[in-house]
Amino acid sequence: MKKEWPLWEIFIRSKSGLNHKHVGSLHAADAEMALENARDLYTRRNEGVSIWVVESKHITASDPDDSDPLFEPARDKVYRHPTFYTVPDEVSHM
Amino acid sequence: MTSLNFEAIFQSKIDDEVKIEPKDWMPDAYRKTLIRQISQHAHSEIVGMLPEGNWITRAPSLRRKLILLAKVQDEAGHGLYLYSAAETLGADRDDLVQQLLTGKAKYSSIFNYPTLNWADIGAIGWLVDGAAITNQVMLTRTSYGPYARAMVRICKEESFHQRQGYELMMAMAFGSPEQKAMAQDSLNRWWWPALMMFGPHDSDSPHSDQALKWKIKRKSNDELRQNFVDVTVPQAEYLGLTVPDPDLRWNEERGHYDFGKINWDEFWSVVKGNGPCNRQRIQARTKAYEDGAWVREAAMAHAEKKEQRKMQPEAASKAA
Ligand SMILES: [Fe+2]
Ligand SMILES: [Fe+2]
Repeated sequence: MKKEWPLWEIFIRSKSGLNHKHVGSLHAADAEMALENARDLYTRRNEGVSIWVVESKHITASDPDDSDPLFEPARDKVYRHPTFYTVPDEVSHM
Repeated sequence: MTSLNFEAIFQSKIDDEVKIEPKDWMPDAYRKTLIRQISQHAHSEIVGMLPEGNWITRAPSLRRKLILLAKVQDEAGHGLYLYSAAETLGADRDDLVQQLLTGKAKYSSIFNYPTLNWADIGAIGWLVDGAAITNQVMLTRTSYGPYARAMVRICKEESFHQRQGYELMMAMAFGSPEQKAMAQDSLNRWWWPALMMFGPHDSDSPHSDQALKWKIKRKSNDELRQNFVDVTVPQAEYLGLTVPDPDLRWNEERGHYDFGKINWDEFWSVVKGNGPCNRQRIQARTKAYEDGAWVREAAMAHAEKKEQRKMQPEAASKAA
């Protein structure tokens, strides 16, 4: 029986108040080992206060070839941005 | 869209400094080149642990031992960052490892030289990591996103490697006459192989043009080598050591150091497997791989058993 350890994606919260951020991946037999390996691999210099591990096969990613139809709808909605509106100079705090 | 269009879009992204990410369309040759380059880079980090690992048990103080342990551990980390970048291109980890063990994949030839005296640990940090940094700083801006990100992480860690090496060289060069002689001996042996790390001259480097066009590389081998010589020679002077090159001199006109001819016969002979330690290095990697096989299998079996127990707790407890 020869089976490779599965691949895990690693997310690190660098300090309280910030989001977990993807930092890379590693191989581990299970989630517990993935956490331990992530600690050794990605936080040797206090880079994190919290780790998430997710087996890579569970990640669903959008297809870059679909990015036009996917993100197009947001592109022409300039009225969603504050800069779309003119407010006179006399009016402050806005 | 035809593949010609895809290729045009791809190249225009590169020209506009837009990073290529794993799921983006890319030419097959770009993918292959990257897998080859990144995995060879990963292998170099892993094999690179061996010459330094040789001195861990003989470090002259606890401080030096801790530093060396931390550095070697970093190199393992660098290898893993890079393997994981190669896997984003569809490479399989075990295949990559097999390619190293069977000699199909190369690694940096510098690691086929032995570490004969303690000053070599200083010379490696100073010169070998120094040369690697010259190359890696350029690679933080490489066009492939995961490779560039791995390089940023690596470069942050490398400056510790180089500084501890230089500090060790200082201790030796400013120490007793015997220590200074050891430092000079190690510079004599590591200088030329360090210059060879940048690879053949541009005129003999057939893949370079394409790699520059794709912005995998951004500087040529000779440019990087010149950068390295220019910053390193004054560092050697500070140590009071002599760079083993009678042709080395400052060229006022060029604003660079001129240096002597590199022995390319030696370079190619080491690349082809006939360096002082090629066989020993691969033997050590093979032994580590084989000795670890039962651990990998046992961990996998344990993980599967735990998973099964979670799925059907009763059946598992009865069976146990
Ligand atoms: Fe490294
Ligand atoms: Fe290093």
